[in-house]
Parts: sequence; C-alpha cells; structure tokens
Amino acid sequence: MWLTKSSVGRKLIMSISGLFLILFLTFHMSMNLVAIISDEAYNGVCAFLGSNWYAVAGTAVLAAGVFVHFAFAIMLTLQNRRARGEQRYAVTENQPKVEWASQNMFVLGAIVILGLAVHLSHFWAHMMLPELVGSEELLLSDGVKTYAATDGAGLISYTFKNPVNVVIYVLWLCALWFHLTHGMWSAMQTLGANNNTWMPRWKMISNIFATVVCFGFIAVVIYGAIA
Amino acid sequence: MEKNINITLKVWRQRGPQEKGAFETHQLENISTESSFLEMLDVLNEKLVKGGQEPVVFDHDCREGICGMCSLYINGHPHGKDTEVTTCQLHMRRFNDGDTITIEPWRSAAFPVIRDLMVDRSAYDKIMQAGGYTSVNTGGIPDANAIPIPKTIADEAMDAASCIGCGACVAACKNGSAMLFVSAKVSQLALLPQGKVEAAKRVKAMIAKMDELGFGNCTNTRACEAECPKGVSISNIARLNREFICAKLKD
Repeated sequence: MWLTKSSVGRKLIMSISGLFLILFLTFHMSMNLVAIISDEAYNGVCAFLGSNWYAVAGTAVLAAGVFVHFAFAIMLTLQNRRARGEQRYAVTENQPKVEWASQNMFVLGAIVILGLAVHLSHFWAHMMLPELVGSEELLLSDGVKTYAATDGAGLISYTFKNPVNVVIYVLWLCALWFHLTHGMWSAMQTLGANNNTWMPRWKMISNIFATVVCFGFIAVVIYGAIA
Repeated sequence: MEKNINITLKVWRQRGPQEKGAFETHQLENISTESSFLEMLDVLNEKLVKGGQEPVVFDHDCREGICGMCSLYINGHPHGKDTEVTTCQLHMRRFNDGDTITIEPWRSAAFPVIRDLMVDRSAYDKIMQAGGYTSVNTGGIPDANAIPIPKTIADEAMDAASCIGCGACVAACKNGSAMLFVSAKVSQLALLPQGKVEAAKRVKAMIAKMDELGFGNCTNTRACEAECPKGVSISNIARLNREFICAKLKD
C-alpha cells in the first residue's frame, strides 16, 4: 500500500488526519464559546451531544484520528532519526528562516496529547463516560453538589476555579498554537496544494487560524476562572 | 581590504567508513582574507604534508560553484553561513582573526563518510538513474520555438534545474530527507511538455528509489531551502507531492 510504504504516502496520512483534527478543533472551540454567552445554552449543547449514538460515533472516529496522527508521528520520527545517522553534528546553528515549531512538532504534539489526557479526565470522565457505563459514581461531586453529566457549564467553573488548572490549560493551548502554525500550512504543502503564490497565504491563514482557535479556548478558560 | 588572519581549525578526521572519527585541531597563521575557503584548506594540507602527516581529504572540482562537488559543514551550516554560495565560493574575509572554525562532513545515513570530510553521494546518482531523464530519440536539433512554453514556466523549470546536486539539503535536514533534490529534478522535467510524457512514471520511480536508499521523510522545516546554495524553493516539494499523489491515485 503506497500510503504506508512511501514517504510521501505516510506524510499524506499525517496531513489528512491533521486536517481532520483541525476541523474538530474548530467545532469544539465554537461550541465552547457558547458557554461565555449563556450557561443554559451551553448545557443544551452538552445535552444534545451527551452520550447519544452520533456523539459516541463521533468520539470513536475522533479517537481513531488522534491515534493515527500520533502513531504515524512516532513512526516518522523514528525513521527520520535513523535517516539522520548515528553521528550527529558537533556544531549546529539555527537558521532564522527555519521556524522553531517546525523542528519540534513531535515534542509539541506530545505536550498536546498529555494535555488531552488531563482534559479528558476533567470533562469526558465526568460527562460521557458515566452515561456510557451507567455509573452515577463517576459523576463529579465537590461535597456541596453533584454535577450532572450534562452540566458542562458547572464543570467549567469547577475546573477553572483552580488556578493550577488555568495555568496547565493555557500552557497546553500555547503548545497547540505552535503546533497549528506549522501543522496547517505544512498539511497543505504535503497535499501538494502549495506554490510560490500560496506559500505566504497559507502561512498567514495558519497563523490567524491558530490564534483564533487558541484564543477562543483560552477565553473560555479565563471566563471559567473569573465567572 | 586584504589582510592576514590567524585561525584555529577543528577538522573531522576519519580513516574509513567503518572507522571511528574524531576532531583534530590545527592552527593556521597568516591566512589571506582574499583566499577562498578551499585555498585555506590547501594551505593546511601543504603544511600537513610538509610535516609528514596525512592531508585532509575533501571533495572539490570546478571551484566556481557549478559542479556540486564541494561540500563541508562549516560552523553549523552546509557550505558555511553565507547564503546561496557553495564552499568553494566562500571566502576567508567572512571570518575574523582568532576565529575557531569547525569543519564536519555531511552527516546522513544515506551519505556515509568515505574519508575525513568526503562523503559518498552516489545515492543521488542512483535516484537520477531511476527516472531523472527523458527517453528521447536523438535526431536533428528542433527549432527553439517549435514548442511554445510560457516564460513563467520556462523560468520555474530553469530555477529547478539550477540544483547542482551537492547534497546540502540532506546535510541541513534534521530528517536526512532528499526531497528538495528529488523535487528539483522532478520539477525541471515535469514543468515542460517534453518531460510531461513520462512524468507519472518518473516521479514514482524516483520516490521509490529515494525511500529505498534510506533518506528520511520531509517535515517541511524549510532548512533545505534556507541552506541551498542555489536557492531552490520548497514549492518544488509541493509539486513533487502533487505529482506523486496524482500518479498514485490514477493507478
């Protein structure tokens, strides 16, 4: 299969799975913004998704997307280290034209995955998971009240009351910003949808998109912390 | 303004592909800033030979930046820090009195060291043999205007064809990827009507050979483009990806 056997094919898988995850991030960020406008509306969105079959199917596809993107990242990184050879340069100097993010995509991706694990333990484990396994015990309780599986707004304010979580989420989203600024135009380059005219355009689109998405997420974190 | 400088060289010495290499330090005095980098190495080798030592082995040929034979990773940059020049065009006026200059060979699994600073770049020849040509019947010279080609296309093909196959792209790439070289060689033909005929077959054969020879996967860091002595653009890599994906989808 040329998709896994050739270098360009493997990169194509990275590119398409990455663009799929970008699409997901856009939806997720848009839905989060609802929490700033109205708690009831946000909980309505949570109830609409809940553990309905389409939300579960979507989550499964999403998990597969993350898995493919991460598995291929590991495979490509190992192959690339081998191609570089055992003997490393004694002296290296950074090129101003080479973006820092582009050379650290794996590390940034690993930070994003770690952040994702923390994020799932904060929200998914108290929302979709209790409904899936039918266990009331998994619902979050802070001693005063128990947060219902569809009370997303309540979970937001509970999570971000803790300043440690705010710092973790902001760092996580900064890593995501760097990952996206390189990842988005790089995906278009790998697809072959690039040339001298579109290169600066794609880079600008990537920077704007990454900034909008990350600021959208951070806005909800800050809102949860102060509201 | 001509002046003489004293420099310290840290040169990679390695007796053979399987041997363990190490840096060797040499002091050079009164090096003219008018001399080229390779002339400075000639001075070093003369000194070594006179002292009864083995001269440093390095690749060079035309010494005017077009043959692609010279290499050398100088102070963390292939062909030195100067932009769009090869090592042979690098001059000692770019260095200061008292500088320490570290010289390493290209380091990539697909370019094994032959000796000292000389590496085996025949992997590039093998990629070219896999498809970097057009199968034409020789005959009379056709009229230059018989096949109209837009100026912009002709220019782009010419820019791609300026690749001298020196290997700086692989040397600069953290992934040891040869995509800039292969993309230039695919583009110079794929852009022109004469090359389009075999374009799909060519791109598949050249990528397959590139992967087989142990070059890495491109991650679009653009280090190759920044270090290329001929300024070959990574838009060629986008074209290579496009040509390859389209060719595979048609199969």
